[in-house]
Amino acid sequence: MHELAICQSLIDQVEAIAHERQAESVVSITIGLGALSGVEPQLLKHAYPVASAGTVARDAELMIDELPTRIRCNACETESDVPPNKLVCPACGEWRTTLISGDELLLMSVELQTAENRGGDAPPTS
Amino acid sequence: MCNTCGCNITPGNEELIRPGGKLAKTESGNEAVTVLHSLLHENDHTASHNREHFDSHNVLAINLMSSPGAGKTALLEASIKQLDPKLRIAVIEGDLETENDAERIRKHGVKAIQIATGSACHLDAHMIHDALHNLDLSEYDVVFIENVGNLVCPASFDLGQHQNVALLSVPEGDDKPAKYPVMFRSADLVMISKTDLLPYLDDFKTERTRRYLQDIASTAPIIELSSKSGEGMSDWADWVAQQAAERRSYLEAHPVASEHKHHTHEHEHQHTHSHAHSS
Ligand SMILES: Nc1nc2c(ncn2[C@@H]2O[C@H](COP(=O)(O)OP(=O)(O)OP(=O)(O)O)[C@@H](O)[C@H]2O)c(=O)[nH]1
Ligand SMILES: [Mg+2]
Ligand SMILES: [Zn+2]
Ligand SMILES: [Zn+2]
Repeated sequence: MHELAICQSLIDQVEAIAHERQAESVVSITIGLGALSGVEPQLLKHAYPVASAGTVARDAELMIDELPTRIRCNACETESDVPPNKLVCPACGEWRTTLISGDELLLMSVELQTAENRGGDAPPTS
Repeated sequence: MCNTCGCNITPGNEELIRPGGKLAKTESGNEAVTVLHSLLHENDHTASHNREHFDSHNVLAINLMSSPGAGKTALLEASIKQLDPKLRIAVIEGDLETENDAERIRKHGVKAIQIATGSACHLDAHMIHDALHNLDLSEYDVVFIENVGNLVCPASFDLGQHQNVALLSVPEGDDKPAKYPVMFRSADLVMISKTDLLPYLDDFKTERTRRYLQDIASTAPIIELSSKSGEGMSDWADWVAQQAAERRSYLEAHPVASEHKHHTHEHEHQHTHSHAHSS
């Protein structure tokens, strides 16, 4: 269950951002996850309440954007979406391919509530 | 966003990173911060730091991974007799509990450090960094890291090694690369171990393993190995010697910056990468 360790490092990063933006709470967190990252979305979701307990991110919604496994063929240069254990070019059958997406494990964005936006102030125009 | 290291930015998601798009308001008026930062950022930086330690002492670091009991420790024990005697080796052992594996290595007169990971099912870069405090790297040419027996978790954590080796033992079945693509994709060398058992497990076809490895676009060489019979041991010894030689010539061409040469663990680590989360 390395998902707990990964979730803890996620919370560390989110806490740093929330602190820097002087946020009162974290509303949502979006993660980009590829099937070849080695991280299970469901296990990450289960680990989240444990890792976030007592932090500014405890009530945040964890949104997981599952990214496709995509390869570029070294022979014919076709780009294709493929299953994570079949990185073979569907166009020409070549197995020497390059992964261009699918191993991501990324914190993509964080939605914060600050004193300012909680007060319903008009967004600054600058 | 991590501007300095570009961690986990792949050609496929590059276009998501638009300058000036970092801060926005959501429909409900909340502040939305775009980050695009690897979740393993901390680990990866410590791993690079470990790699600098290895490099500054011309040490080759090899990470051995497999399911529990595939024969990692047995391979290391056999290696002690088989590897080029000019290579001075040390072993870092990762296990959930016990000093057993380290003791097996020490019996052969080789330095071994045991890391007990407790509940963690993998080694991480911080554990290796701590272990390096107890290892005088100037005394070694190759450091083997035996990871916790597990085909899933260790693959996600860079330790600062130069090469990953994955073992697949014959009793496990020949289709493991299809079931654990993350692990086998990370391998620079795949070893099909316990080949002395092939006559008893005749449904294991090494050809099938090779095909499953091609299916995950693995270009790693494959060695068929038995620590018991000695099959494949000389191929393994050659591979290790070649990696060590390639590492040395690489470092001759790309010397480690002198500030790292004098880095000791007496002082606090000063890291200069700026983690610019600010706008
Ligand atoms: N027949 C046969 N048995 C082997 C071979 N290599 C290891 N074994 C046996 O497999 C068992 C496990 O070997 P270990 O070397 O302890 O395996 P390991 O991968 O280090 O195990 P963990 O550290 O617990 O994950 C032992 O009983 C070994 O004797 C081999 O080449 N052939
Ligand atoms: Mg062992
Ligand atoms: Zn093709
Ligand atoms: Zn250090």
